[in-house]
Amino acid sequence: MQSSKFIVGGGLIVAAVIYLIASSTQASAEYFLTVEEVQARADSMVGKSLRLSGAVIGDTIDYDPQSLTLTFEIAHVPGDQADIEDEGGLAEVLHAAVTDSSRPRVRVLYVGPKPDLLRDEAQAIMTGSLQEDGVFHADELLLKCPTRYEEAVPQQAASR
Amino acid sequence: MVPEFGYGILFVTFLATLYSVGAAALGGLRRSPSMVESARRGMMLTFPLLSISAGVLIYLLVNNRFDISFVYEVTSRSMPTYLKVTAWWGGQAGSLLFWSWLLAAFASAVTLRKWDRDREFLPWVIVVASTTLAFFLMMVIFFENPFARYFQTSAGVAAYTIPPAGGVPFMPPDGRGLNPLLRHPGMVIHPPMLYLGFVSFVIPYAFAIAALVTGRTDDRWIRLTRRWALWAWLFLSFGLVLGGRWAYDVLGWGGYWGWDPVEIAAFMPWLSGTAFLHSVMIQEKRGLLKHWNMILIVLTYALVIFGTFLTRSGVLSSVHAFAQSAIGPLFFGFIGATFITSIGLIIWRWPDLHGEMEMSSMLSREALFLLNNLLFMLVLAVCFLGVLFPLASELVTGQKVTVGPPWYERINAPLFAALIFLMGVAPLSAWGHSTLRTLGRGIWKAVIVATAVTVGLYATYTKNVTALIGFFLIALVVAVTLHEFWRATRARQRAQQEPFPVALGRLVGRDRRRYGGYIVHLSMMFMAVGILGIEIFQLETQDTLATGESIAIGGYTLKYEEIAEFSHKQGHDVIRAVVGVYEGDSYRGQLYPRIDYYYDPANPAETVQPMTIPGQRPTLKDDLYVLLIDWQPATSSGATFKAFVNPLVNSLWLGSFLFLFGVLVAAWPGSEPERLSARVGKPALQPTAAD
Repeated sequence: MQSSKFIVGGGLIVAAVIYLIASSTQASAEYFLTVEEVQARADSMVGKSLRLSGAVIGDTIDYDPQSLTLTFEIAHVPGDQADIEDEGGLAEVLHAAVTDSSRPRVRVLYVGPKPDLLRDEAQAIMTGSLQEDGVFHADELLLKCPTRYEEAVPQQAASR
Repeated sequence: MVPEFGYGILFVTFLATLYSVGAAALGGLRRSPSMVESARRGMMLTFPLLSISAGVLIYLLVNNRFDISFVYEVTSRSMPTYLKVTAWWGGQAGSLLFWSWLLAAFASAVTLRKWDRDREFLPWVIVVASTTLAFFLMMVIFFENPFARYFQTSAGVAAYTIPPAGGVPFMPPDGRGLNPLLRHPGMVIHPPMLYLGFVSFVIPYAFAIAALVTGRTDDRWIRLTRRWALWAWLFLSFGLVLGGRWAYDVLGWGGYWGWDPVEIAAFMPWLSGTAFLHSVMIQEKRGLLKHWNMILIVLTYALVIFGTFLTRSGVLSSVHAFAQSAIGPLFFGFIGATFITSIGLIIWRWPDLHGEMEMSSMLSREALFLLNNLLFMLVLAVCFLGVLFPLASELVTGQKVTVGPPWYERINAPLFAALIFLMGVAPLSAWGHSTLRTLGRGIWKAVIVATAVTVGLYATYTKNVTALIGFFLIALVVAVTLHEFWRATRARQRAQQEPFPVALGRLVGRDRRRYGGYIVHLSMMFMAVGILGIEIFQLETQDTLATGESIAIGGYTLKYEEIAEFSHKQGHDVIRAVVGVYEGDSYRGQLYPRIDYYYDPANPAETVQPMTIPGQRPTLKDDLYVLLIDWQPATSSGATFKAFVNPLVNSLWLGSFLFLFGVLVAAWPGSEPERLSARVGKPALQPTAAD
């Protein structure tokens, strides 16, 4: 068969890439968790690479520009896009999370410049790891502010 | 009245596309030229109609018609007119209209060509283009109407397409304004470029489907759409580069590419498109891989629609999630339906698509092209897997697991290295048959050059193994490619007695596709140098300084001189620091990192969006990139700066210009005589008409 050597050659390359994918996944995959899940499984999650998202509580933001140390708390928001839609969209969900003091919260520590979008009711999406003391040390901090996004309607609509 | 007029035109256009689909399909099945002609006219009508509708939208944008919800969302009184016009594609509803408008333009252009002996393709090209257009128009009309107006009813204010009973029109005093992150020249042209690329790929796909339906499955469809595919690829590539440049200038993290799902969504059609551009050459030259080319173009089309959907639906949390809406299921339905139909057609025509010969030598050029395709597909698969990883892992293990940039980089780096190596080897191999011996004869000089370059870099610049491997491969490709130019030009110079520049010009002119391709390969090497530079050698530091103090980074000293606060005439406030740059002891000028504070005009007290703009000093050696992170009005406590030195990164941006030149050489329409069909093993056919 003329084509068998092509199949073998291609197969070897594909196998090499599958090996690469498997080893890289072990090395650098991150668990995507909500605040609730982190708290429920805090013991088994300590030290693992996590991706965590939640609503920023404005009053808890504390930033020291000298040491570039930023701390704040986030409140639980659902992780599922469909749940967020059901509860009236991201802006509503974030607002509810921040105002509801019974929600699970996690304290976050981040060293670096304070991001432009960090404010009350922003959604924080972070990668990092949970420490023994229950504080989440974020290596990377991404923020989304639904108020700046399209879905919002004029102020007057708030009465709806 | 004006917005209703715009909306009405959209509706008429939608009907015209539906008519075109029906008439073209019937005309094609019944072989009725008059019916096809009628469908063609319907198709041609869409472009002027959509132009009017778009004109209406632009009129509303420019004239501050904030009673239109789209205008309210994306513009504000303080924005300059050009930004108001380009706000057309700054939001979801407008950008879907923009997509439709581009598609109407391209579809009309393609139906205008001389069809002559390709007339049998025409009805099916119209069917595919019109179906796609109808889908996008349906989105615009029924789900994302850019002309929807605000009405006040007892329930509050909301946007309506049809005025509600008892509703009173509502006009906010000012709009929210375009997201300040998007007010950047790169962002003004990045979406149109990307969309041009996306939309142009619809045309080769339409011809591929026409070829399948009519059973004319030779390489005619490929020859007819070769230039479309090249232009599509050019725009898509440029869209990607501009997006990277925007991220570099605006997002302020010192990088240009973050393996964000939306970036990947635009990258995936580029990967399959690039594989397609290479593999069609094998079909043209050797009559092989016919199935594969069909699959590639179908895949590219699906990825184009998927890319539009990902950027426009907000299903993924990413920095690009500027738009959110519920049109996801429809997009998936459309992608699924077109994909299954296309694959069904390919299976139906499977026996007709068999290759005209067999591939035998593993080192022949076609085998190396096949390897190139395999590598591109693997990168594509890795990207796709990365995007789907959270979903897939949740289904399988119940635990959402995501992968980040290190994951993509680890897996893709060897694949990219292999692709670069192929760029060095493939030009030396022959169609049909090559051996290690012939390849070795071609490459040994280049290997010596590349080794010398690598040893030189090891001695003077870096001891990093990854970087040295990268530079070796890059030097190899550059040496092989330049040698190809040199060898062929010298041969021509001797044979034709021409001076060197004339010989070089004519050489390239006679085979623009080949030499344009080589120029593109060279440009990729420039880009690779920039990518290696920033990925491996980036330096970073940050510190809080009082005025007069300085920080040092990578041979530079940055001295904080002063800070000033002022209001910009477009309504935002600016804090601007002045930083003196010294390289060694010599003064190199000033940089102005700044923070702009944007206020939401509808709600100025509450929402302030700061935007960090770096001060940049680009040189060939590196890019000095300084951010103002934080500041205090009192000079004693000073300001915090973050500085990056990004070595070689400007090679990436320079490479993109060479890239543009290379693709233009290959794609520019001109008097280039279509070469004789030079299939090995077959007598040459008569020349075919130029596209």
